[in-house]
Amino acid sequence: MSKTKHYWKGIEEKENSPAFIKQKEKEFSDFIPVDEIFGKQSKNSSQTPRRDFLKFLGFSVTAATIAACEAPVQKTIPYVIKPEEITPGVANWYASSFFDGTDYCSVIVKTREGRPIKIEGNKLSKVTNGATNARVQASVLSLYDSARLKKPYKDKKESSWEIVDKDIKDKLAALAGSNGNIVILTSSVCSPSTKKAIADFTTKYPTVKHVTYDAVSYSGMLDANQQCFGTRVLPVYHFENADCIVSFGADFLTNWVAPIEHAVQYGKARKLDSRNKVAQHIQFETNLSVSGSNADFRYPTKVSELDAAIVCLYNALAKKEGSAALKCNPVEAKVMTGVEKTAERLWANRGKSLVVSGSNNAATQCIVNAINYKLANYGTTIDMNNASMVKQGSDADMAQLVKDMNSGSVAAVLMYNANPAYSYPTKDFENGLKKVKLSVSFSDKMDETSSLCNYICPDTHFLESWNDYNPQTGHYSLTQPTIRPLFNSRSAQESLLKWSGNDQDYHSYIKANWQAGMFGKQSMLVLFEDFWNRCLQDGVFIVESEIKPAEGVVAPAATMDIQAMATQVAKASEGKGKFELALYQKTGLGNGNHANNPWLQEFPDPITKIVWDNYVTMSPKDMDEMGLHTLLGQNEETNVVKLTANGFSVSLPAVPVPGQKEGTVGVALGYGRSKSIGKVAEVTNGANAFSFASFVNGNIQYAALNATLEKTEAVYQIATTQTSHTMMGREELVRESTLEEYIKNPKAGNEPEMVSVSEDIDPSKKLPSNKANLWEDHERNGNFWNMSIDLNSCIGCGACVIGCTSENNVPVVGKDEVQRVREMHWLRIDRYYSSDTTKENKELGVVARYAAMEKPSMADSLEVMFQPVMCQHCNHAPCETVCPVAATSHSSDGLNQMAYNRCIGTRYCANNCPYKVRRFNWFNYNNNDKFAAFNPAQQDEFSRMVLNPDVVVRSRGVMEKCSMCVQRIQAGVLEAKKQMRKIKDGDIQTACAQACPTNAITFGNSNDKTSDVAMLKEDPRQYNLLDSYDTQPSVFYLTKLRNKA
Amino acid sequence: MSGHHNSQLRNPLILGDKTYHQISEDIAKPVEGKAGKLWWIAFCISATTALWGVGCMAYTIGTGIGAWGLNRTVDWAWDITNFVWWVGIGHAGTLISAVLLLLRQKWRMAVNRSAEAMTIFAVMMAAVFPFLHMGRIWLAYFVFPLPNQFGSLWVNFNSPLLWDVFAISTYFTVSLVFWYIGLIPDFAMIRDRAKVQANKVRETIYRVLSFGWSGRAKDWQRFEEVSLVLAGLATPLVFSVHSIVSMDFATSVVPGWHTTIFPPYFVAGAIFSGFAMVLTLLLVARKVLHLEEYITVQHVELMNIVIMLTGSIVGVAYITELFMAWYSGVEYEQYAFLNRATGPYWWSYASMMTCNVVSPQLMWFKKLRTNLAFTFFLSIIVNIGMWFERFVIIVTSIHRDFMPSAWSMFHPSFIDVGVFVGTIGIFMTFFLLFTRFFPVLAQAELKSIVKSVGSQYSDKSNKQHH
Repeated sequence: MSKTKHYWKGIEEKENSPAFIKQKEKEFSDFIPVDEIFGKQSKNSSQTPRRDFLKFLGFSVTAATIAACEAPVQKTIPYVIKPEEITPGVANWYASSFFDGTDYCSVIVKTREGRPIKIEGNKLSKVTNGATNARVQASVLSLYDSARLKKPYKDKKESSWEIVDKDIKDKLAALAGSNGNIVILTSSVCSPSTKKAIADFTTKYPTVKHVTYDAVSYSGMLDANQQCFGTRVLPVYHFENADCIVSFGADFLTNWVAPIEHAVQYGKARKLDSRNKVAQHIQFETNLSVSGSNADFRYPTKVSELDAAIVCLYNALAKKEGSAALKCNPVEAKVMTGVEKTAERLWANRGKSLVVSGSNNAATQCIVNAINYKLANYGTTIDMNNASMVKQGSDADMAQLVKDMNSGSVAAVLMYNANPAYSYPTKDFENGLKKVKLSVSFSDKMDETSSLCNYICPDTHFLESWNDYNPQTGHYSLTQPTIRPLFNSRSAQESLLKWSGNDQDYHSYIKANWQAGMFGKQSMLVLFEDFWNRCLQDGVFIVESEIKPAEGVVAPAATMDIQAMATQVAKASEGKGKFELALYQKTGLGNGNHANNPWLQEFPDPITKIVWDNYVTMSPKDMDEMGLHTLLGQNEETNVVKLTANGFSVSLPAVPVPGQKEGTVGVALGYGRSKSIGKVAEVTNGANAFSFASFVNGNIQYAALNATLEKTEAVYQIATTQTSHTMMGREELVRESTLEEYIKNPKAGNEPEMVSVSEDIDPSKKLPSNKANLWEDHERNGNFWNMSIDLNSCIGCGACVIGCTSENNVPVVGKDEVQRVREMHWLRIDRYYSSDTTKENKELGVVARYAAMEKPSMADSLEVMFQPVMCQHCNHAPCETVCPVAATSHSSDGLNQMAYNRCIGTRYCANNCPYKVRRFNWFNYNNNDKFAAFNPAQQDEFSRMVLNPDVVVRSRGVMEKCSMCVQRIQAGVLEAKKQMRKIKDGDIQTACAQACPTNAITFGNSNDKTSDVAMLKEDPRQYNLLDSYDTQPSVFYLTKLRNKA
Repeated sequence: MSGHHNSQLRNPLILGDKTYHQISEDIAKPVEGKAGKLWWIAFCISATTALWGVGCMAYTIGTGIGAWGLNRTVDWAWDITNFVWWVGIGHAGTLISAVLLLLRQKWRMAVNRSAEAMTIFAVMMAAVFPFLHMGRIWLAYFVFPLPNQFGSLWVNFNSPLLWDVFAISTYFTVSLVFWYIGLIPDFAMIRDRAKVQANKVRETIYRVLSFGWSGRAKDWQRFEEVSLVLAGLATPLVFSVHSIVSMDFATSVVPGWHTTIFPPYFVAGAIFSGFAMVLTLLLVARKVLHLEEYITVQHVELMNIVIMLTGSIVGVAYITELFMAWYSGVEYEQYAFLNRATGPYWWSYASMMTCNVVSPQLMWFKKLRTNLAFTFFLSIIVNIGMWFERFVIIVTSIHRDFMPSAWSMFHPSFIDVGVFVGTIGIFMTFFLLFTRFFPVLAQAELKSIVKSVGSQYSDKSNKQHH
């Protein structure tokens, strides 16, 4: 029973012969007629058995299906011989310099596989100190602008360098022979080699005259300094040495003179140091500017009274000093009070104060000089012994040139970095240009001026060219190419050299210059090649011997008739109309040079948060009177108003700005560019406001006192990234206090909310709301990445926003999509206005109270708050728990991570994010025709080269957000690993922290107790956003302190 | 008369002194006869709307969720509103067939079949949205805990969206099986009739559908057992599904969503809207299909009472929410509710309050709750109100939450409307097809209550005597 019976299958099995055993191992004992089925014979035979037919059919269908699934072939061309310095996947960094005639910035350029992809500040520069602004950050995209001219042009037709060179040379020779006037018209040139090239050109053609013209002129200041000090230069300002900063209409943080330098200095002046000191900032201005919104005291002042207020300030100080007062136009009582208070503060801070004015009136600037002299600021906050070279334009020269051109006495004009057909106040320039026999533009775009010229000789982008700069006395820097010219363009200097009969390329020319000049100014390096390489590597070269000590108060020339100046000021501000117009430059677009850069077009204006448009900024009170819509939101249409001034009028939407002085309006320059400069400009609206400017006392005034405003029937939809403007009494968002309070109690404005907790936790007392916690904490071994944002340092300039866009391949979505509230910026800067109503206001009913809290304050004491908000990388993240597929999860080093590949796009994470920092890919931004015009960085064949290969371009249907530049963190960690060491503080910088000019953002490992961020985490000002919800963010803020003393 | 006592309290559930055969005839008529003009008109309209909806869905899948009106701040709006609305509607069917079965409420027999059909179709429509709202619908299978080759990738069991996946799929499966089991004897009846009528095609189809039902006592015994078991299974689902749906909101941190009252409040709301939808459909069906004697005023009145009750529960929940917001002392919570009532979406809150809280109170009047025209009107009002309730909860909570800088408005796009109206079209198309090809009343069950009231007999015998 224990064994089952075994039956033989046949006699063979019983015998178990070797043949049988062999046979048994085979699966099929019979021969399989493979040949019969697939062999030649079967193919030739006319018979196909049914089974075979089905086999063939199945095979062919499968084969055909699989063949159809073949992936599209993408060709990549590997290096045949790998360039020595390029390792695929490893970035190369080159030091260089950015200067577009407006902003100077010493930069380092990140290149990958030979493509520049990111621009960062060069910390070795003592001029810009590693800071950047939005325009510098965005300039890398302009390199790949496919609207750049790809060839030289002759009479608006494509041509070749040979023809153009021959023509121009012949014509120049002929003109020079007949003693015809040749003019080189440039924006400010601070490049020694360019100046030399111009000089060489002048030697060859002796009738050449060099005229310098800045789109936004500082001629008034230069002229004033000429009169006061005998040199036509701008001083170097030292805001960091000032304890009291007073500005009259100068937006020195984002546009005035050298904004990047000023922002760095201001950051230092406003950083709360161990002395518990913060510089006080007082601003008198018409429009609400970025500088004004950072001021501790801001006095909205009419344009016509700004200059008068300066004279009043002079008088107030003269009274204290006991010297004679000047004749002065009266100013509004409120402004007068402000002036008197300001005088008190300035007098108390003599020698440690600074007064600046945005006026382009030489007389006004003379009085400003006199004030600063009275306050003994020369030598401490103003260095007149060393010059800033970035602004050199002369309005008088330009006016003379236009006159000469119209009279026909100018035979040839060569234009470099200047676009007067767009930016000159009158049409006279265009008319004059038509009378010039030979007009050459070096512009790389078919812009307003170059399209009127006989020849266009496209200049290379700064990332493709060599150059040198001397932005300040003693400070030199080099520009080196980071890519070969993309198009058939040539640097303007090389063209000039060629036409002067010098066939040298500009690189050798600069090198020769430096060998002859700079090399001798140092003694460290013996060989020129070493010196040259050192300079190239550093990007900067400082000649200490040229920098004079700043000490020693420079007295204005005794010849200056201050009383006469005051009379002139009084005259200039007469003739008031119903409205006064103050033109201004936007933080993003500036004077309009970069109008075809979509990153800057979609950059939210720090004040209005509007993108893609210019508009008339108005006081809400005036708008109410005129019956204009004052609600600025996603649904409300704005009324279009017709603005007329100086014989020119435009129709633009009217936008309420609470800080705008009543009776004044503001319009931004830089819009309304020619449609021919590119696709982005083509889809942008707005009007050119340069025509409102006019000559007063020989200088261009960017204001009009005789403006009138008419309401039109038209309405217009603007796009803004922020539609609610106050904090709604939620003081835990931007926590602030005053310096005085802080000195008494460092936790002022930062007291945690106390909550009652269940008895079994602590029956006796209340707990801070962020200590009542149900969740388990993460273990924090190794690195713990934290970020600190000092709200006292943040000026709201938005350099970080563009830095982030550039680093992380953030798509541009266009105006229509922003209107639908779908902008994609990973980092936004919230701007809140103070409100006149508080939660405690019990006079109003609850509904009315909250409605009133939504309205920004209409008072002059309006306060503005900026708060950069990116993913807070919560350690108890609401987004992480709700994702059904765990596409967003927490890393062991404190980051909240997004796995794009895993994301299916339910968007629950975004709903549950209390900070609303998550961005959803509503469309395929990189492949949808709708976005081709706005989003070239992801669609255009040239512009796509700007993409950072370390960061994936997100597909549609995927959630994205700030990753804390995880690619940079990983690169830093790997680098440290390779060197077998721990990460040092400062090894890793996020793009936003790198871009910040005021060092408001500090990133680091808070487990390293010596790191800056770890120290800041212990600061009494430290707090987490929405602390009471205890999401335990890795990002934290430091309270804002106002110096109201 | 003899000493036989007739109950005075109980009204007959089926009017018109039906015989068994008459019931078979009445219920098989729509299946066996030709469709009327009215049916065709309704069908054409529904099918067109359905096609339009499908087109809008295809466009959404083709271009991206950007086709809708959603934005950075409001990441859910009509999609999830529609989802919750449809799921809610589905609840009435299960409640009627399962809970009322267990409670031995015989009146349910005339309405349970179509109510269950409505459940099935509503859940199908609901299921459209969680899929359609995904940014990458082609990766929807990621939500299922499938073994995979990606390493240790697994779903997130913390996420209420995952609970939804399980809740909805379980609910759909159980409802479908329950519904189908009930249909088997009725299919068999049609099969048998087709055999007699010598309609080969119909006989074949219904033979397959009826799973070889033979009508033997054993079949009936098993049928009853399975029905009871499934009713037992389905009953907790009535409460669990919408509780879990409500947790999509309740487990979040969003003020206005983060509320512990949500599960019971959502279940009550679901039953409220489901009964309203049953009434909307049946009031039309009884007219078109001539079922006035089966679906009587008594049915309508009973359902109206359920609506009145659940409507009141919902009203109490609304008021409780307001109270809790005030009592919590939390700024964000208080503002969320203030904004709901007085903010830019006040009109949706007002619509919700009027439709859901005020209007069902009218059902206290017997005259109104037995008035068919009024009931029909009110059933539509209730469903509008319930749609607004979900819209209010979802959109008004997130459009203004913690950070005023991120506040925004939501505006539906053409596609948003198209998809929603399209699902109504698909739903109606399915329901119309159901009325043509399925026995709309559970005739087998109905036959068990033909003889429910004694007076019928006395009437009958009286007639015979005269």
